[in-house]
Amino acid sequence: MRFAVLVKASKESEAGVMPTREMLEEMSTFNEQLIKDGIMLAGDGLQPTSKGVRLRFDAGRTTVTDGPFAETKELVAGFWIVQGKSKAEIVERFMSAPFDGGQVIEIRQIFEAEDFGDELPSIARENEARLAEQRKQ
Amino acid sequence: MSAGDLRPTISAIWRIESPKLIATLSRLLRDVGRAEEVAQDAFVSALTQWPDEGIPRNPGAWLMTVAKRRAIDQIRRDETMQRKAETLAHELAPEVFEEEFVAGNEGIDDDLLRLMFVACHPVLSKEARVALTLKLLGGLTTAEIARAFLLSEPAIAQRIVRAKRTLAAARVPFEVPASKDRAARLASVLEAIYLIFNEGYAASAGEDVLRPGLVEDALRVGRILARLVPDEAEAHGLVALMEIHASRMRARVGPTGDPILLLEQDRGKWDRLLIGRGLEALLRAERLGSLGPYGLQAAIAACHARAATPGDTDWQRIAALYDALVQLAPTPVVELNRAVAVGMAFGAAAGLELADRLVREPSLRSYYLLPSVRADLLFKLGRPAEARAEFERAAALAQNSRDRALLLARANECSAHPSTSSG
Repeated sequence: MRFAVLVKASKESEAGVMPTREMLEEMSTFNEQLIKDGIMLAGDGLQPTSKGVRLRFDAGRTTVTDGPFAETKELVAGFWIVQGKSKAEIVERFMSAPFDGGQVIEIRQIFEAEDFGDELPSIARENEARLAEQRKQ
Repeated sequence: MSAGDLRPTISAIWRIESPKLIATLSRLLRDVGRAEEVAQDAFVSALTQWPDEGIPRNPGAWLMTVAKRRAIDQIRRDETMQRKAETLAHELAPEVFEEEFVAGNEGIDDDLLRLMFVACHPVLSKEARVALTLKLLGGLTTAEIARAFLLSEPAIAQRIVRAKRTLAAARVPFEVPASKDRAARLASVLEAIYLIFNEGYAASAGEDVLRPGLVEDALRVGRILARLVPDEAEAHGLVALMEIHASRMRARVGPTGDPILLLEQDRGKWDRLLIGRGLEALLRAERLGSLGPYGLQAAIAACHARAATPGDTDWQRIAALYDALVQLAPTPVVELNRAVAVGMAFGAAAGLELADRLVREPSLRSYYLLPSVRADLLFKLGRPAEARAEFERAAALAQNSRDRALLLARANECSAHPSTSSG
C-alpha cells in the first residue's frame, strides 16, 4: 500500500525561507535511506502559496484566486509518496524524519484497488516463469 | 505500554531492519540460519524491553547493537568449544570481531548484497530461492509467505529450513561472487525476484490471481538490488520491467473482477508514477550499454506505456525488440510473443506463420497461450471455426479459472460470425 506523507506549511515555508544547508543535508540523508530501503517512490517540496493559485468550483462557475493563502497550518509545503506494508511501518519510519520546532506532517493512505481480483495476462507478456513450471510437469 | 501495543510497530521495524541485521550477522557468523536466529533474538529483546523503556530513537541501531553482542557471545562460545575439542591454538582474537562491530553500518550495503547472492545461490532450487529471498530480504514471516503462495505454513517453514541446511552443507561462502561467476550469479538473483513478481502479478494457480503484496515485495527488493549494483544494466532492466507492469494493475481488472487485456485497458488507470519510475530505470539500463533480456522486455513494456491509445502503439519497434530478444533468449515463449507482435506490425498472416512454427514445439504442448494466440490470429484472418477450436483448446489448458472463462467467452464469440473456412 502507498501513502502520501504531507508536510504542513509553516511561517518559514510560506515566507519562502530556504532551509539551511544542515537541514538540507539531514533531509537528503533521510531520503537516501528511504530510497535504499526501497520505500520512497517520489517526493518534492512545494513553493510558497504566494506563487500558487486556487480554483473554486460552484454552480457551474469557476473562480480563480491567487495566493498567498491565509490558513498556514492547513497548507501543504511538500510531500513524499512512499510504499509500505502497513501504516505502522510508515509512521515508524517518519518518527525519525529530521523535523523540529512544531513542524507537522500528515500520513494519508492512497486509494488502491485492493480488491484487484484476477485477470488474464496479456498475450504480449513474456512469462518465463509459467513455462518453467510447465516444463517440470 | 504493553508488548501487545508495540507488536505492530515492532513487526513493522522487523520488516525493514531484519534484512540488514541478518546480512551483517551472516558475515560475522558465516551462517545465514544462525544469523537469522540471532536477529530474531534481538527482536525478542525489543519486545520485552521497549514496552518499559520506550522505542529508542534509532531502533535499527539499537537492534544491531544487541544482535552483534549476541553474535560475539556465540563466536566466543564456539571458540571455547573448538579449543576444548581440538585443543587447537586457533588464534582468532575476539578483538578482531570487536573491531568489526564498532565499525558501525559502513559495510551494510555490501553485506546486503552478499546476502542476496547467498539467498539466491544456484545450489538452491527456484522455490527455495524465492522463499529465502522473501524471508531474509523481504522481511516477510513464514506465515505471510505461506499465505502468498497458498501453501501451508509448515511446508514453507520446511522449505526454508532445508534451504539453510543446503547452504550450510555446501559451505556457500558469504561473499559477492568473483567477476567470472558474477553474471551467472546475478542472473540467479534477478530470476528469483522476477519469480516473486510474477507470482504476485499473475499467479499460476488458485482463484485469486493477483497478489499485490508480492508485487510490492518484489519491487522493493528489486529497487534495493539496483541501488546495490548500480552498474548492472539488467538490475535496472528488471526494475523497469516490474515498475511498468505494476503500473497497469489498476487497469487489469473490470468492475466485476473480469480480466481486461492490455489493448482494452483504460490507460487513464495506468499508474503514471510507476510508469515514470520504469522509464527512468530503463534509461539507466540503456545508458549502461546494450540491453539484456530484462531490459529488452522492459523496452517492449515501455512501448505500450508510451502509447496514449492502443492505436498509437509502435508495433514495428516492438517486433524489432522481440527480434533482439529472440537472439538473447531464444525460448518458445519469446518466439510466441514475437509472433503476436509481428501479427500486429505486419498483419495476422505474418504472425500466424511464426506461431504455426511453434505448434510442434514440445515445451509448448500444454501452454494455453499458444492456442490462444493462434485462435486470435485465425479469427482476424476470418477463420472463425478454426479460431473457435483453438480457443476451446486454450481454455482446456488454462490452469486459472478466470483465464478459462475468458477464453470460452471468446470461443463463443467465434460462433457469432459465419465461418469462411471449411476447417
